[in-house]
Formats: sequence, C-alpha cells, structure tokens
Amino acid sequence: MASLKALKVRITSVKSTQKITKAMKMVAAAKLRRAQMAAEAGRPYAERLDSVMASLASKVTVGPQSPKLLAGTGNDQVHLLVVATSERGLAGAFNTNIVRLARRTADTLIAEGKTVKFYLIGKKGRAVIQRLFPGKIVHQVDQSHIKNVAFADAHIVSEDLIERYAGGEFDVAHLFFSKFQSALVQEPTEIQIIPTPLTPRSGDQTAGASAAVEYEPDEEAILNELLPRNVSVQLFRAMLENAASEQGSRMTAMDNATRNAGEMINKLTVQYNRTRQAAITTELIEIIAGAEAL
Amino acid sequence: MADLHFELVTPERLLRSEDVYMVVVPGTEGDFGVLAGHAPYMSAVRPGELAIYSGPNTVTARIHVEGGFAEVNEKGLTVLAEQATDA
Repeated sequence: MASLKALKVRITSVKSTQKITKAMKMVAAAKLRRAQMAAEAGRPYAERLDSVMASLASKVTVGPQSPKLLAGTGNDQVHLLVVATSERGLAGAFNTNIVRLARRTADTLIAEGKTVKFYLIGKKGRAVIQRLFPGKIVHQVDQSHIKNVAFADAHIVSEDLIERYAGGEFDVAHLFFSKFQSALVQEPTEIQIIPTPLTPRSGDQTAGASAAVEYEPDEEAILNELLPRNVSVQLFRAMLENAASEQGSRMTAMDNATRNAGEMINKLTVQYNRTRQAAITTELIEIIAGAEAL
Repeated sequence: MADLHFELVTPERLLRSEDVYMVVVPGTEGDFGVLAGHAPYMSAVRPGELAIYSGPNTVTARIHVEGGFAEVNEKGLTVLAEQATDA
C-alpha cells in the first residue's frame, strides 16, 4: 500500500491539475462567447452571398468560356483537401474528428485512383496527416499569431489557394472544418470550395429572382468578382465556426477533466484517511501490547 | 411612398439594417441612387462613399465602403461590402 506521504503528494498534484483544468474551462467559456458572437455576426454576409450566388446560378450557363473557378479545369484528378484545425491542443476530440473526416475522404479518393494533396490551416492536424499520408502536405498556414480571425486572414489564404488553382496544382478543393452547433455538439463538415458548386435555388424564390434583373457591368464581370470572394467567405466562415467549435470543445473537455480530477481527489482522500487510521491503530496496538507485557 | 429597406453587410458583421428614404451607392459604372420600388438590379461597388438619405434632401450618414456588391430586389437594397467604415 502506498505510504501516507506518497498519497499526500498525489492528492496535491491532482488538486493543482484540477485548478489548471478549471481555469482553462473558464477561459474557454469566455472565449467561446466571443467566438460564438463573431460566428453569428458573420452569418448574414454568407447567407446574402449565397442567395446572390444562387440567383446568379439560375442565369449563367456553365460553358467552356465560363471562369475556371466555376467551370472547373475539366479534370477531376488532383484533389486538394484543405483541413482547418486549431493551433492548440487540449480541445477534446475536436481536431481528431476533423482529421478523421478528412482521412476518410482522402482514402475514398485514393481508392478511386485520384491524387490527394493536403493544405493545412492550423498546426494540430499536421502530425497525424504527415504520418498517414507522408509527403502529401503542400502547405501549412500558421495562425498561431492570430487572436481573433479577421476577414483579411481568410482572404490571404483564399488568394493563395486561387493562385495555386490557376497554376494547375489541383482540380478540386474540399474544405474541412467543424461546424459549431452548441458547446456540446460540433459537427465536422466537408464542403467543396473550388470549383464553386452552384445550386440554383429551388422553389418559389427562384421565380422571383429570375425576374429581369439588370446587371452592371454584366453577369460575367460580376461573377468574376464574386467567385474569388465566395472562396474567401467560405474560408472565413469555416475559420469562425472552427474558432467557436474549438472553444466549445475545449470547454467540454476541461469540464470533464475537472470532474474527473474531483473524483480522483475524493478517492485518494478516502484512501489516505484509511491508511492514516490503519497506521494509528497499529501504533496503538503496539503501545497496548507493550504496556501489557510489563 | 414606402421606405426602402437597406442592409449593409460586411463579412465580419451586419452593419446596418434599417428603413431609409434613399441610398446612393458608388457603383463601378458610376454612382446610382436607390429609392423604394427600384427594379431588380445588381452592380459591383467600387471603393467610395455611400450616402444614406432619410428624406429627399437630408443625408443621415456617409459610409466609406471598400468594394463589394449591391443587390436590389423586391425586399430592398443589400450592399455586401468588403469593408465599411463611417466617413
């Protein structure tokens, strides 16, 4: 049985771990609120842009003369998987879930005989992907210096992606991130960002939108400007959702850790008290036995 | 005459959502004013000043926008700006 001293040391160490996890939980909760607000504030723009894209989709027919971002390169060989993870760990299964989804997609694509490349945002997915798909990582965006994601950050990434796309580095890009639903539920999500999937809106709204809309300068020009912006916005949205998900996930994980530490402290304390009593009893027996012997 | 519903959105947040009399938007092909009941219209926006009118001759706010799009539909005017700051 562990000695009294050893037990005491363990209790102290678990207590200080609990203090840390508790603090991390509180920090995550505070950050979550801010990240959630940012994610919600970013939604109207994305929604409006979606509806603009949808109404354009019903106007423009995709042909060989359409911009490449819309029509694709005509190939379907090289797939780029843009995996957005966090910069910090200790966030429960947050990064694991995203990477797992990306891995599943990568495996399917490879089984189909396609080439897969990885483009990482955030460093936490790197180790696993490097191990599973060695040499497939083309670039990693470092975001460790960014505290609150700004649109400009997403814009830089999207410009880089579009440049690579124009340079023929890949044909299709998928984006992986974690959609924020609540502090408890984050859903790893995959969307195709390049070429832009245009889905004409269904139902009655299409009828209203396809009424004679005047375009200035013209559909083409607007589309040409809109497509790169759409990529930026999708990335930005993914980053915001990810930031909120990360904090939510961390909060839950740290809450669990705090509770576990509490349970452990209770168990150790009981053990400590028993050991202490046993020691006292033994001592008493020795004294009494000694007194009787006299 | 009914008011025009005007929304100004940036990627970071919804900046304005209000009913106004008229908005003058700096389009790439020239400035254009939007009143209520404007025909469906869509234009790219150049960096410039956007003016919000609460009455025929009263400008309530001028906002500097940094490129983007303006869409007019039956619901009103929506400006999707890359960046917007009060001028």
